[in-house]
Amino acid sequence: MSNEENTMLGITIAGIKMKTPVMTASGTFGFGLEYKDFVDLNKIGAVVVKGTTLLPRHGNQGRRIAETPAGMLNSIGLENPGVNEFLSGILPHLNAYDVPIIVNISGNTVEEYGELAALLNASGVDGLELNISCPNVKEGGIAFGTNCDSASAVVRQVKKNTDLPVIVKLSPNVTDIVAMAQSVEDAGADAISLINTLLGMSIDIHKWRPVLGNVVGGLSGPAVKPIAVRMVWQVAQSVKVPVIGMGGIVTAEDAVEFMLAGATAVAVGTANFINPCAAQTVAEGIESYIRQRGLSHVRELVGKVNI
Amino acid sequence: MPKMVVEARIVRNTEIGVNVKELVLYAPEIAAQAVPGQFLHVRVSDSYHPLLRRPLSISDADRQAGTISTIYRVVGQGTACLAALTSEDSVNCMGPLGNGFALQSQRPLLVGGGMGLAPLLFLAGALCPHPIEILMGGRTREEMFWADMFHGKCDAIHITTDDGTLGSCGVTLDVLPEVLKNGAFDLIYTCGPRIMMEGVAKVAKKHNIPCQVSLEDYMACGIGGCLSCTCAGKNGTRKKVCSDGPVFWAQEVMA
Repeated sequence: MSNEENTMLGITIAGIKMKTPVMTASGTFGFGLEYKDFVDLNKIGAVVVKGTTLLPRHGNQGRRIAETPAGMLNSIGLENPGVNEFLSGILPHLNAYDVPIIVNISGNTVEEYGELAALLNASGVDGLELNISCPNVKEGGIAFGTNCDSASAVVRQVKKNTDLPVIVKLSPNVTDIVAMAQSVEDAGADAISLINTLLGMSIDIHKWRPVLGNVVGGLSGPAVKPIAVRMVWQVAQSVKVPVIGMGGIVTAEDAVEFMLAGATAVAVGTANFINPCAAQTVAEGIESYIRQRGLSHVRELVGKVNI
Repeated sequence: MPKMVVEARIVRNTEIGVNVKELVLYAPEIAAQAVPGQFLHVRVSDSYHPLLRRPLSISDADRQAGTISTIYRVVGQGTACLAALTSEDSVNCMGPLGNGFALQSQRPLLVGGGMGLAPLLFLAGALCPHPIEILMGGRTREEMFWADMFHGKCDAIHITTDDGTLGSCGVTLDVLPEVLKNGAFDLIYTCGPRIMMEGVAKVAKKHNIPCQVSLEDYMACGIGGCLSCTCAGKNGTRKKVCSDGPVFWAQEVMA
């Protein structure tokens, strides 16, 4: 895994070396292994695994997804087998691949985030992504991501407990995304990823009931892309740490838009459900775009939108 | 078993009942692997609306011809898109996904309701030449075109309709005890409405006959990544309908 910077697509973000700037968004790619028949995991920038908590979670009751115009709502509710099962049952299989593994973590309290960070610190994973923006669980998640002080407290606690690069994933469900980004940067975040899903709702007009069992859920897919691009653009200008852009990326052209807005790397999420090799095809498309534009490296796109 | 994603040419997409169509795809790689109980995950349109794939039970696979078939009811936007396609078109298709039925039965009973009969059709073909009985239910006579499709594959066909226009008036569960009395079945396979499958599983348990159920749920990825379709398994375990199932032994997922 050397010479990343010598290829057209290789980048280093918060110390994590990636062969391409295209990662998989947490919650849309399982733990990676589910996709191994369809995509070469060695050709993905980084695998960001399903949101992991201290104890196993069964997730939300009732229907968990609803299709909406150019998008979908989900309210999975952070179902996951817990960090111990991840470390003993899943990570050893992932380590067979030459791809950075980033663990998305979520806690009920500031202390739980710290505990998770400590448990994962020397496990062989390559980085942590702090989920302070899950809209689907009552405790934790978004409660930390919509308040600058509690978001900072989570980041400080995690940084105290780990040497790993810490990426903080921001919620778009806030009034001032720039203030949130600056708060987590000040607290020590090594990179910022955005956006998580937008809180939404869908109603069955025949039954007069919400479609989702959890009533509300997170909206993702192409429908949210313009909002995500706008927020990435605002945040990238306001912080020094690298920004990872996501929200509705399906094609290489979508990814390029995010990079021009200021994203150093991107993640594909909902697109993995439509095209299981999306992370690979988007990366290949970015390379073609760079060649066509006569550029030599993907970094030449970052933040280059002319206003 | 390898899963794959292919661009599959439509061989035919024809109406076989009221609002029910059979889609036959040329996909030799999938046809070569598919076993009864597995499903396809199909993009019904290149647009973003509808965005997600549609899971469709495999109703037949012809290895010689390289074709796979599925039977679907036109119920919403996705199936309406699918229904509009012709043999000029192709669809992007993932498959064969999930796990199939256990095929060791020598005296099987199949119990199906509505569109749940589609995977049982493939199963009946695979269980030949053992003597097969099927108990099938639907709302009304015009929905029971299925009887003709199972004809020649099954030794006995028991039919129920809600309105009594064909076979016994009532539901499959009303007739099941009598069917069980007259045959020494070693395995019951069931697919259809959840409430029917729960009833069948309960009766099977009472008669001490192993039972397999084929579940369905809303799913996005179809391969275990999104966790849209998980359900409670025994002893507090979690099961993914798409990748741990859709076929389960009844006691794995039902009380």
